[in-house]
Amino acid sequence: MTILAAAQNENLAEISNYLIYSAMAVYVLAFSAHIAEWVFGSRSKVARTAAALTATGADSDPDPAADTAAAPAPAVTVRKGGTTSVLERPGAARPKVVVRSAAGRRGDLPDGPGAAGGDEQGDLYGRVAVSLTVLAFLLHAGSVLTRSLSVGRAPWGNMYEFSTAFSMVAVGAYLAFLLARKDIRWIGLPLITTVLLDLGLAVTVLYTESTQLVPALDSYWLWIHVSLAIVCGALFYLGFVATALYLFRDRYETKLLAGETPSRAATSVLERLPSASSLDKFAYRVNAAVFPFWTFTIVAGAIWAGDAWGRYWGWDPKEVWSFITWVAYACYLHARATAGWKGRKAAYLALVAFACFLFNYYGVNIFVTGKHSYAGV
Amino acid sequence: MSDDVTKGRGDSSVAVEETAADGDAAAADREVRTADGEPGSGGDLGPEPETDAGEDAARSQLSTAPVDDDDAAADRARTAGGGSFGGARAPGPVGGALWLARELTGWARWFWRQLTSMRVALILLFLLSLAAVPGSLIPQTPVDAVKVDVFKRQHDTVAPLYEKLQLFDVYTSVWFSAIYILLFVSLAGCIVPRSWQFVGQLRARPPRAPRRLDRMPAYTTWHTDAAPDHVRDAARTLLGGKRFRVHAEGDAVAAEKGYLREAGNLLFHIALIVLLLAFAAGQLWKSEGGKLIIQGDGFSNTLTQYDDFKSGSLFSSDDLDSFGFRLEDFTATYAKDGPDATTPRDYRADITYWEGADGEEKKSAIEMNHPLEVGGSKVYLLAHGFAPVVTVKDGKGDVAYRGPVAFLPQDTNLTSSGVVKVTDYRDAKGRRDQLGFQGFFVPTFGGANSGTMFSQSPELNFPVLFLTAYRGDLGLDSGLAQNVYQLDTDNMKQFKADDGRALAQKILPGETMELPDGAGSLKFEGVKQWANFQVSHQVGNGWALGGALAAVAGLAGSLFIQRRRVWVRAVAGPDGRTVVEMAGLGRSESARLPEELSDLATSMQAEAPAVAGPADGTPSDGTPSDGTPSEDAEEAAEGAGK
Ligand code: HEM
Repeated sequence: MTILAAAQNENLAEISNYLIYSAMAVYVLAFSAHIAEWVFGSRSKVARTAAALTATGADSDPDPAADTAAAPAPAVTVRKGGTTSVLERPGAARPKVVVRSAAGRRGDLPDGPGAAGGDEQGDLYGRVAVSLTVLAFLLHAGSVLTRSLSVGRAPWGNMYEFSTAFSMVAVGAYLAFLLARKDIRWIGLPLITTVLLDLGLAVTVLYTESTQLVPALDSYWLWIHVSLAIVCGALFYLGFVATALYLFRDRYETKLLAGETPSRAATSVLERLPSASSLDKFAYRVNAAVFPFWTFTIVAGAIWAGDAWGRYWGWDPKEVWSFITWVAYACYLHARATAGWKGRKAAYLALVAFACFLFNYYGVNIFVTGKHSYAGV
Repeated sequence: MSDDVTKGRGDSSVAVEETAADGDAAAADREVRTADGEPGSGGDLGPEPETDAGEDAARSQLSTAPVDDDDAAADRARTAGGGSFGGARAPGPVGGALWLARELTGWARWFWRQLTSMRVALILLFLLSLAAVPGSLIPQTPVDAVKVDVFKRQHDTVAPLYEKLQLFDVYTSVWFSAIYILLFVSLAGCIVPRSWQFVGQLRARPPRAPRRLDRMPAYTTWHTDAAPDHVRDAARTLLGGKRFRVHAEGDAVAAEKGYLREAGNLLFHIALIVLLLAFAAGQLWKSEGGKLIIQGDGFSNTLTQYDDFKSGSLFSSDDLDSFGFRLEDFTATYAKDGPDATTPRDYRADITYWEGADGEEKKSAIEMNHPLEVGGSKVYLLAHGFAPVVTVKDGKGDVAYRGPVAFLPQDTNLTSSGVVKVTDYRDAKGRRDQLGFQGFFVPTFGGANSGTMFSQSPELNFPVLFLTAYRGDLGLDSGLAQNVYQLDTDNMKQFKADDGRALAQKILPGETMELPDGAGSLKFEGVKQWANFQVSHQVGNGWALGGALAAVAGLAGSLFIQRRRVWVRAVAGPDGRTVVEMAGLGRSESARLPEELSDLATSMQAEAPAVAGPADGTPSDGTPSDGTPSEDAEEAAEGAGK
């Protein structure tokens, strides 16, 4: 009986491996489709943002991204390359709300049209990329699930499992945002790229046979603590990408406003991104929303450490870096409420904070020995 | 009038951060902190100061975040005369003393203001995270003293420097403590005034509507046939029903909501202080001791019984809970097959425990992640291993030692090393001497031909003991503490076999190792298990947990709830129709404010249906499709204002 079960488990583990390789193959296709989307998008009208800046009074193109985000959600139509826009709710005769920017160092520039740049073929490829991502995500989730079944426990007991779960959640969150009709397709290419990197690392360097956990890891706090850590990490990652793009786009907008001409390549890529203030807001919302969960992740870890090791906090390297990450994100949130620290400086802090998170995961597991030595590498 | 205003704005400074692009709110920000505590760079005198004041009030105090007034303070310091707070110094000793007092209090206040500013809090937070780094890369004495010793031996050049810098005790070092103590003083200095301010805000009314609602971040307007009174009443009912705090004054209704954000933020910061105090108390009063217990043996919780013991600086031995327990049995379960065969699945120590000196005995089990809790103490299972039971006979054939001897595991398959020390021994001629055996124990011997003494499995399948023997002075009488798991062979002589080589023998349970020349024997009787326990007494855990959970709850409130204000103004227009204006103000990150205003406006229109307004000729709203909305809105507002 046990032998039978064991064979079955090894089967499942094998299926899980096949699924992850298939998912990677489909991600590669999605990646190519995104590339095509960006390439075709670059054919379309150049220097849209710059044009919007100079065109006073003239309506810029209605934002196609906002169009796709239409149906139940209100669409914000940018009426002018200045500070004011109008919130329109489709359908019922609703009052129009004039929205006026109150944030940022300058007035809002309009959001870019997205990777496809309004190009029909580009948009088609973009849609294909999203569909492929959905497919890859299903395979990916299937792999994580079968792995979990094969070991009869939560699928995050070592770095391989952690990595696959991590990128699965990141893609899942991205698709959930799309499903909620948020304008977030611009994050597709960087996200899929890193997911491929992460999975590549996972199946080569970090791979470990599916095994049971050592007794110290066998606790329901593992479910709570580690799953939360994965979710937080994945979402922080989305915030990180948005922050990084914000920094590029912000420099680009600053140049435009100063009357300089950014390079053609920069223009072609950056003008299709959302405006700096949209990116910044997105990053802030994600980071701020995740922060309480990250706090709870650490609390849950402390409770678990209290049960397993007899102390809830012992400055173990993993604990130290969770703490550093936490303080770094607190720094970022504070910076946004502190004069002279908003904008780029706060964004740099957010990058540092995510770097701390990454180091806590890769660096501490690989280079530092501590009680959390479950890396399996 | 409208032109005046617009031009006036246009001429004023545009270097205002909030609404730089159209610059029309520049004057509004003059010498004011905006909602986010950001100083606006002042514009020139606007044409309508009273309007601006209203707008300032409307925007102010959307949070209790301290306003950074370092620049103002610095200015004051500079203008106060010669970079001092003391001002003019009157002649004579009294004048000097007064000057000094002014100077000192001035600097003290300046220092305090600095310390409790957001900027310094930010810097301290950053320093805290930076200061925590070395402790994760350099071994720490409280975490692993052995590793620190190894490190010191390997790095004899930097180690003394590290020692001086307290890098082996980062988290109790002077510099680390200084940072977090400063941070928490800053925090306390920040919380107290903010709490007062918040109470004040809760008791005050929502700020009244600014004259120019259209300058607020979200704005809408329409004309209706409903009477202004009726519209305002409807607005009060609507907003009140949505749990806004509402106050009607003059021609407008002011409402504010989301105070929980501030409450949550304060709760979070207070909870941090609770957490820190609980942690500190835990460090000061904690105690933590280790005890290795062989199957069948017992332990009672007194200082002398511990193998090793650590405690906080305020701990006293009276704080030890009075209880004891006995290890009845120990079970380790291992995976049977698959790639992870022989990896442990489960450890379980069956015990009998009692409270008080000789309380009633109760059965229980201690497992990984499931400590035993007695009184304020918790007993954790840390490690386990084997203890070969041996009988040592001396040269006379008398039993010199009998009992289990714990061997310490060296690898995951429980290859264990240990020593047997026999103090009460006589050789064949009856002379007093001492014996020492040193060697390995393996629970599963790899077979005769493997030639190694490594265990193949942590389970007890083929136990073998492998020993060499010494005679001479064990060194126990020197009075120095000695490691019971190591043999100090400096003053001992190894027994030799017949071939002249060191005597070393492999024995199975039931077998006996004979020492040469009738010096005695050691019989391997059997194997018992032992388990290592940690008994910790922790203080303030409940407070720490409570603080942590309160912090999470406070954070959730602080980050998920938006504080915002809504104003509704209804006045009779020149044509007799009522002009309704609604505006919303929130924090800059708030995305939902326009949507919320739109929803509110839609609900309002049920009571005050929109009709085509003659002011702009557009039905339902004040923003016709040509021209810029803000100007149109301004016109509409102008129409309303007259
Ligand atoms: C112990 C270290 C501290 C930590 C971990 C911490 C953490 C945080 C966090 C995570 C927030 C974000 C909440 C939000 O954005 O609304 C926040 C907000 C805030 N903190 Fe702290 N804080 C600390 C110390 C301080 C100190 C010393 C001060 C006083 C100067 C302070 C004043 C504030 C204020 C005023 C806010 C609200 C800012 C706003 O309205 O957005 N904090 N803090």
